[in-house]
Amino acid sequence: MGAARSAVSEKSGPMNAFRALMQPHRIVMLALLLGAVIWCAVALRWDWIPEYAPLALEGLWRTIWILVVTCVLGFLLAIPLGLAQAIGPWYLSAPARIFCTVIRGTPLLLQIWLLYYGLGSLFPQIPWIRSSELWPYLRQAWPYAVLALTLSYAGYEGEVMRGAFGSVNKGQLEAANAFGMPRFTMFRRIWLPQAIRNVLPTLGGETILQLKATPLVATITVVEIYAVSSRVRSDTFIVYEPLILLAVFYMIIAGIIALLFRRFEDRVPG
Amino acid sequence: MTLKKLMTTAIATAIMSAGAVAAEEVKIGIAAEPYPPFASLNASGEWEGWEVEVIKAVCAAAELDCVITPVAWDGIIPSLTGQQIDVIMASMSITEERQQTIDFSDPYYNTPAVIVADKSMDIEPTPESLAGKIVGIQASTIHQAYANEYFGDAAEIRVYQTQDEANQDLVSGRIDATQADSIAMADFVNSDIGACCEIKGAVKNDEAILGKGVGAGVRKGDDALRESMNKGIAKILEDGTHEEITGRYFDTSIYAE
Amino acid sequence: MEFFFETLGLAESAKLLSLSPPGWGGNLLRGLANSMQIAFGAFGFGLLIGLFGAYGKLYGGVVLRDLLAVYTTVIRAVPELVLILILYYVGTDLINKISEVMGYGRVEISGVVAGIWVLGVVQGAYATEVLRGAIQAVSPGQIEAARAYGMPPFMLMRRVTIPAMMSFATPGLANLWLIATKDTALLAIVGFSELTLETRQAAASTRAYFTFFLAAGALYLIVTLCSGAVFARIEKWARRGQPSLKRAGR
Repeated sequence: MGAARSAVSEKSGPMNAFRALMQPHRIVMLALLLGAVIWCAVALRWDWIPEYAPLALEGLWRTIWILVVTCVLGFLLAIPLGLAQAIGPWYLSAPARIFCTVIRGTPLLLQIWLLYYGLGSLFPQIPWIRSSELWPYLRQAWPYAVLALTLSYAGYEGEVMRGAFGSVNKGQLEAANAFGMPRFTMFRRIWLPQAIRNVLPTLGGETILQLKATPLVATITVVEIYAVSSRVRSDTFIVYEPLILLAVFYMIIAGIIALLFRRFEDRVPG
Repeated sequence: MTLKKLMTTAIATAIMSAGAVAAEEVKIGIAAEPYPPFASLNASGEWEGWEVEVIKAVCAAAELDCVITPVAWDGIIPSLTGQQIDVIMASMSITEERQQTIDFSDPYYNTPAVIVADKSMDIEPTPESLAGKIVGIQASTIHQAYANEYFGDAAEIRVYQTQDEANQDLVSGRIDATQADSIAMADFVNSDIGACCEIKGAVKNDEAILGKGVGAGVRKGDDALRESMNKGIAKILEDGTHEEITGRYFDTSIYAE
Repeated sequence: MEFFFETLGLAESAKLLSLSPPGWGGNLLRGLANSMQIAFGAFGFGLLIGLFGAYGKLYGGVVLRDLLAVYTTVIRAVPELVLILILYYVGTDLINKISEVMGYGRVEISGVVAGIWVLGVVQGAYATEVLRGAIQAVSPGQIEAARAYGMPPFMLMRRVTIPAMMSFATPGLANLWLIATKDTALLAIVGFSELTLETRQAAASTRAYFTFFLAAGALYLIVTLCSGAVFARIEKWARRGQPSLKRAGR
């Protein structure tokens, strides 16, 4: 894993990456890794996999779905949050700053529980809500999960966007202003693209952090991949195998995210 | 090399200080989440309830030095096999499935499993009646196994970490019904919060899944401890302590042969 | 009407949060103390791992470097929740086996020690990266000068590298400390009675979910804000005599 990663980070062609792997000590380590994998495959129990594979795929899909939706929504929310903090008047910047501080200053698990069980405890006191059209959604767990994770991503990314908006070259803005460009066009054409380019290197890391936050929603009954592994654990009393497989799954997803963002970064003109 | 030496010392100290606690005590694992009226934490930070008193009585009768150790319910068996606790006394039913991993003492209580739902709902504890409904159950319980087996095809099963959360969602209306232990549920529907709901009846028994009553779980092969737990349980059943504790919590006996 | 309802509601909350037994405030504070104990321990343990890790990554042999790369990559890619479960069950199992082999018999591992071990290993991976970056930022001339004077490696680390890198490491370490305090909440999942679990128990027993979750949130926030202030002072102290940096990154 480490070998592969450092080879990639050198930004070299496949030939060089292969050569980097072919150092004697790395061959030995790869052999050891292979040995460990074979030992795991033979010595540990994997007979539960066929039975739970469909459930696991469903869970995996839900994890990815939640990750993508919350990252996109969270980022869209982060733009106004960052902007308000960077240039907004005090009545916009103060609430934005408080929001970011609160989100970043409290554990996500607590936020999720507050949203799900806290709001849930209010429902019996508001009888009409059960006959409202929103009720079929409010009954489900995923809207709360999406809301909590979106707010969390927005909170962290809003702070990053604040810095990004602040660091855009002021001369360009002044030039646009001098040309008589309308304010919104200026924002859309010059300010926002540059701010986004500035945060791009951190976005990959933030998205991996978000991926690592997704298993927390299993505690409010959302059946994603972590919940499936818990189910295997509770059904079969096999402890380590599902967790190891789960860790491998997360590493693969994190690797894909890192690769995607690197590709994306390379395409964006610097 | 100094660094290496420092590291070894640090690790050794860590192990030593961890080992400084005497290994004589028997750690009784209970679920860290409130499970009234069997075990729940009160405002002064102490555990109380029927099962907590039974644990103390059994330990006294078996002359064991017990420490009550709360651990997460859905990790309670790994905690036992991983030696963080020595005995599980957390309303865990004796089932064949669990007996493949751990050993059990003789049962110390036995109650049926029931379905609870909103009073206004016309629900019976049968798969047909629950079809299309959302049933909430606690993870890693006999109820989860039972619901998956009997209701899984027709109803949506929603899994909670604790029964308490399932109850909470039953009150808020997020789930239609829950399956759980009859005593715990009787306590719930008699409380202020559970006034919305009532017990709809016991599910059809299936001993292979629902088990043969609640026993104390010990590691496989830990026969000495299992024997002393058995002795303790037999003694409190015989000398009336069990009955006396039960009388203070419930109207009827919860120990059925 | 509105006013009455609000004062009544608040009075109810105040009663629930009071420190002596009918109220659950004492439980929350005990949970907070546990959380802080673990956060301190894990942060310290993580720093220790991070220091050795950073040195290993910078000056270690090829094998050590690759092993550390595996360690930091794996830890940073796998959710803390999963790591906590794996380390919690494996770690205690492993220590017991080792101690049995060494002839000490079974070891009792308290929840605090297990929590510190688990979160410390996680923190160590991040600390390794933070400290490695900070050590690299120290101008090599200073270290070379110390070497030229024949300073032994450990003294060099203590007298030159660590003080010089402090200013670069503080922002990252401050962030790590905040992560440590918040990650203690995850121990609720393995049943360790820290602030979040105590909150859930209190909320479940009294049904006052909003009151307790908001109170716990306020406690976490106070810790965050206070440590923010403390770290700002530390950073100022670590930077004494240095020209001010343009902008500290996250």
